[in-house]
Amino acid sequence: MSDIKVVIDNKEVLVPSGSTILDATKKAGVHVPTLCHLDLHDTKMVNQAASCRVCVVEVDGRRNLAPSCATPATNGMVVRTNSMRVLEARKTVLELLISDHPKDCLSCAKAGECELQDLAERCGLRQIGITGDAQSTYKKDITRSLIRDMDKCIMCRRCETMCNTVQEVGALSGINRGFNAVISPAFELPMGETVCTHCGQCVAVCPTGALTENDATWEVVQALADPEKVVVVQTAPAVRVAIGEEFGREPGSIVTGQMVTALRQLGFDHVFDTDFAADLTILEEGTELLGRLEAFLGGDAKALPILTSCCPAWVNFIESQFPELIDIPSTAKSPQQMFGAIAKTYFAEKLNIPREKMVVVSVMPCLAKKYEATRKEFSVDGNPDIDIVISTRELGQLIKHANIELTALEETEFDNPLGMSTGAGVIFGTTGGVIEAAVRTAYEVYTKKPLPKIDFEELRGFEGVRVAAVDVDGLMLNIGIAHGLGNARALLTEVRDGNPRNLHAIEVMACPGGCIGGAGQPYHHGNSDIIKKRQAAIYQIDKDMPIRKSHENPAITEIYEAYLGKPMGELSHKLLHTHYHIKDKV
Amino acid sequence: MVANIQLTEEKFQELEAFINSLPTTKGELIRVLHKAQNIFGYLPAEVQKFVAKKLDVPTAKVFGVVTFYSYFTMVPKGENDIAICLGTACYVRGAEKILDAIKKEINIGVGETTPDGKFSITSLRCVGACGLAPVILVGEKVYGRITPDMVKGIIDNYR
Repeated sequence: MSDIKVVIDNKEVLVPSGSTILDATKKAGVHVPTLCHLDLHDTKMVNQAASCRVCVVEVDGRRNLAPSCATPATNGMVVRTNSMRVLEARKTVLELLISDHPKDCLSCAKAGECELQDLAERCGLRQIGITGDAQSTYKKDITRSLIRDMDKCIMCRRCETMCNTVQEVGALSGINRGFNAVISPAFELPMGETVCTHCGQCVAVCPTGALTENDATWEVVQALADPEKVVVVQTAPAVRVAIGEEFGREPGSIVTGQMVTALRQLGFDHVFDTDFAADLTILEEGTELLGRLEAFLGGDAKALPILTSCCPAWVNFIESQFPELIDIPSTAKSPQQMFGAIAKTYFAEKLNIPREKMVVVSVMPCLAKKYEATRKEFSVDGNPDIDIVISTRELGQLIKHANIELTALEETEFDNPLGMSTGAGVIFGTTGGVIEAAVRTAYEVYTKKPLPKIDFEELRGFEGVRVAAVDVDGLMLNIGIAHGLGNARALLTEVRDGNPRNLHAIEVMACPGGCIGGAGQPYHHGNSDIIKKRQAAIYQIDKDMPIRKSHENPAITEIYEAYLGKPMGELSHKLLHTHYHIKDKV
Repeated sequence: MVANIQLTEEKFQELEAFINSLPTTKGELIRVLHKAQNIFGYLPAEVQKFVAKKLDVPTAKVFGVVTFYSYFTMVPKGENDIAICLGTACYVRGAEKILDAIKKEINIGVGETTPDGKFSITSLRCVGACGLAPVILVGEKVYGRITPDMVKGIIDNYR
């Protein structure tokens, strides 16, 4: 494609033909504000609704102002982004958007992260001259994971694009017309009664407070304040490479030790690591994989492929969208749930307390984990294995609320025994990581030989769907990896229609990039480089770990010897495995 | 239009046969919904779910289209659908007063159906009889140059 010449505010730039005016302004170093527009490079997320009109610019020879995000640049185009006419139009657009927007910014869950608020501040809006009806006809829709407050919706349609084009879940659509138009599930059902997977990616891209997490921080404060309770916390792998962002650290900063100190200062009695449970997952899932592989090699064609089951949004997706494949996922519980099951049995017994006395808190990069913790099968006599789930953002808020300056803290280590982990546990946080961790263990257990090379570069990366063959001492294992549910759908459809690439094992994570791009992470505001930096940090932690294979984790060896018996054994099966339910939902 | 509110198996089969007769279902959602409304008289949730499944599109999207176009309705029409024109010509000649009189007479609003299923009210934009403004239709029959005090008499014909 040839380049074209565009003049932006008197500055000439060359851009590839097919670029939008907005692309050209970026090249010229001019930052035109946008609101509905969102282009998450490296994923399919491009929202070009051009519905907000905030990015309008003046183009010579064109009668009307043009939305720069959706207008193609043409050769010789002369654009002004800051003429009087543009500034006035932008201000009017903003006033119109805000005229029917609730003004409860002080108590809004999105305060400080709201792109509409930022824009009003940037444009110096000091009064709203336009008044009229305010929308207050929509009831708040509260699920275990998220809250939809459609009065705060500005109809940018980012969530709709995310849910339909990227995740291909299809839970959300624009409904009605004109002033009554709103984004909604089918038949205006509550989200919890639809095919919504709770992945929360709609929350991750919502510019305002229309979609936010169902905040549980205060429940944590109450548990910590209760002298009767023993409060245990686990932190997922992806949290340690992202929470620093909440305290002004560069994306990709590794703050594991400081996070542990902060959790201790908050008053948690035991600070543990989901990475331990990830290692446990590998022992269970890896053993299952080898068992199914043996059956497969013995002639049972249906024994493979095996699908990973760590991601609760992914589990929800397969339950509601691929009923015919319901028997394929590994029966291993997710690390979060394995942790809860072990904490409230093995560890509670060690402490000699009943499970009701223990409160298990999870810190997750994820909103679907909030939902997962409430699934009935993950409780004993009404007492859940995981009591409270908070997101990375919520932990950041909690730490700030407690007057703790994370970045100034000393680094300390997780407690034992459920805090000991390996490099294989930490890479669970990124796309490709779970399967790499599984292969590291499966290889050595299967061949009884040490791995020649521990890094499986062929499984890493950021492409939405990756397929690689891994040489297990002469046995070629075909591995499929997908991140983002739309990509997962493509891979699953392939498996359903005969598995032509003969995939043996498939890893799926619902969010772009895996858990590092989860909906509970600090907001990326459209900058996908942030997710890549978190990924690099995850692999860095793995590289720096003294032990990098799950089966070599001494705490794991200990728990099997002292308590569980063997992987897939009777007690393991009871505590660490689950089953799935077909859900017929709209 | 006679109320056609039963969701019988035959009707679903008719709709399915229509969908199967299409060379492709891609981009045919609106056409299929037209046919479905034609068959069932309205588009209840069951029908929308059926269409979504057959066309392999999210039910939320089907619902989005149904709620966007005023032609589509999720409420079954009454035995006698009263369509009132609110187009410019009728409007300036007092259509709104006629509408008020109809609402008062049968005690329902636009897009609603009386509990006994006898009447429903639809508003539309032009029937091409501006010379007769203001105009209402009951079923297929056109009534022109009407005044509010004629409304009761017209409706009584159908009681």
